[in-house]
Amino acid sequence: MTKKLAAIILFLWAVLAVGGGFLPLTPDLIQLDKILQTPDSSAWLGYDDLGRPILDRVIMGSQTSFLVALWVVTISLVVGTIVGTFSAYVGGWVDHAMVRIIDVLLAFPGILLAIALAGILGPGIDNVIIALSVVGWVGFARLSRAQVLSLKHREHVVAAVALGAGRTRIVFVHLLPMIAAPLIVEATFAIAGVVISEAGLSYLGLGVQPPDASWGGMIRDGTRYMLVAPHMVLVPGLALMAIVLAVNLLGDQLRDWIDVKTRVKRK
Amino acid sequence: MIKYIIMRLLSALFVVVGVICLVFFLIHLVPGDPIEVMLGESAQPADREALRQSLGLDQPLLQQLGSFFYHLLQFDFGQSLYSKQPIIDILAERIPATVELALSGLVVAIAIALPLGIMSALNRGKPWDKVAMSFSLLGVSIPNFWMGPILILIFSLWLGWFPVSGREGIDSLVLPALTLGTAMAAILSRMIRATLLEVLGEDYIRTARAKGLTEPVVILKHALRNALLPVITLIGLQLGTLLGGAVITEMVFSWPGLGQLTIESIHRRDYPVLQMCVLVISVTYVVVNTLTDMVYGWLDPRIRLKGHGND
Repeated sequence: MTKKLAAIILFLWAVLAVGGGFLPLTPDLIQLDKILQTPDSSAWLGYDDLGRPILDRVIMGSQTSFLVALWVVTISLVVGTIVGTFSAYVGGWVDHAMVRIIDVLLAFPGILLAIALAGILGPGIDNVIIALSVVGWVGFARLSRAQVLSLKHREHVVAAVALGAGRTRIVFVHLLPMIAAPLIVEATFAIAGVVISEAGLSYLGLGVQPPDASWGGMIRDGTRYMLVAPHMVLVPGLALMAIVLAVNLLGDQLRDWIDVKTRVKRK
Repeated sequence: MIKYIIMRLLSALFVVVGVICLVFFLIHLVPGDPIEVMLGESAQPADREALRQSLGLDQPLLQQLGSFFYHLLQFDFGQSLYSKQPIIDILAERIPATVELALSGLVVAIAIALPLGIMSALNRGKPWDKVAMSFSLLGVSIPNFWMGPILILIFSLWLGWFPVSGREGIDSLVLPALTLGTAMAAILSRMIRATLLEVLGEDYIRTARAKGLTEPVVILKHALRNALLPVITLIGLQLGTLLGGAVITEMVFSWPGLGQLTIESIHRRDYPVLQMCVLVISVTYVVVNTLTDMVYGWLDPRIRLKGHGND
């Protein structure tokens, strides 16, 4: 049941993010007579401090979070995997240097480096994607490096080397397919992390700028009117939580499904 | 053991040097002329030149980096562009607030996670386990910039139990610590559950049970002691999440710590202060992690006694 619900939520997120632009939405329409109005039949989720319909803005916000998540996770996955895999496979000083770089980047706790980068580069969706990608690839690099280190002396790789296969062929044909599963699980959890980080940067005023909508920015605007219009904070927060929860659930499922040990145990 | 400590310290030193370099280069990532961005377009040319010289931006890059290190070694962190105060004084004013918040968050996290993780490991697959793990999943899925406002709405605005923001007395600490600690509790309880489950499957636990020891003795004396060892490392690592999370939590509750200073310095384009905030938080994280590793090495006889007559 929860699995289905999670899948439905994520499907809805993707559909609204991709197709939201085709809907007759008015996220920027200011109606002064409707300022801070609570949900009613004309607007299911009420209006914000400028009289803009919150439902429309939540849908616009889903586009922001989807776009950022898609870009950041794709860039991080590709860059991190390539760097980590080659570093482990080539070994020697290249690997040594890479481990040091990864260590330094991991020394910045949580979202701090992304905050500093987004702050320095200036607000805007492009800079959010850059800032989060700079931080994001490290996890994938570390994971793929560890996986490749444990795989590169396996018989099938040694056999390929003996048959004269080149480095690129070995990496792409013999190593990458074998480390794909844990990377996919990591990527799933990364989506949740990026969605929260994007909203966090927008909450701090470092993400997308008004009038563009972001769930984090909507929460920040709403906190000023919490006593009279709590729906301004509740609605974008619930949307955010639903997505993150659904992604995390899906990640858990994927991990259990990919991990043969737990799959066998359950049977 | 001594070799382990020396190696660990050397690698920490290397990371700190790397962090300093990265923080140094931050200011060079400012699009356009950093001086113009910091002072604004209307600034007098003489003021610009003065700032450029005082920040050393008129020198070759390597020389700038060298003098950055030189000043840091002398604890000369520079001056704030906004308040003209020495940055070290501003930091000294803010650090206690962040330490207070982070430690309280840690206490909250452990207080929630420990019983939750143990109970759910002991009742694996039963309803209590499911409830605990659902809480944990919920905990990691609620961002602190949403949880904070919700707590403020319920406990400050509706019930009036705690102040909305600021740092005055123990009352004002409750909601920020709860906000910061819950997310960490969620992660920590999962990890405690996992390590405890792993330990419970070990042979020595079976032996302890076969000896006829009572279940509380088996759990507390044999299982938990071994399960908590990796958890100590995890708490050290999680302190990073805590410090990172403190930045946003401090903004939610107007908590006058390093996190709030970080964001303020971004909005004021006071980049020297931003650099030092990032540096102090990251170096603290590295130091805590290194200490955690050493404590772990000392606690775990497998590492402590390495090289001491293994045969």
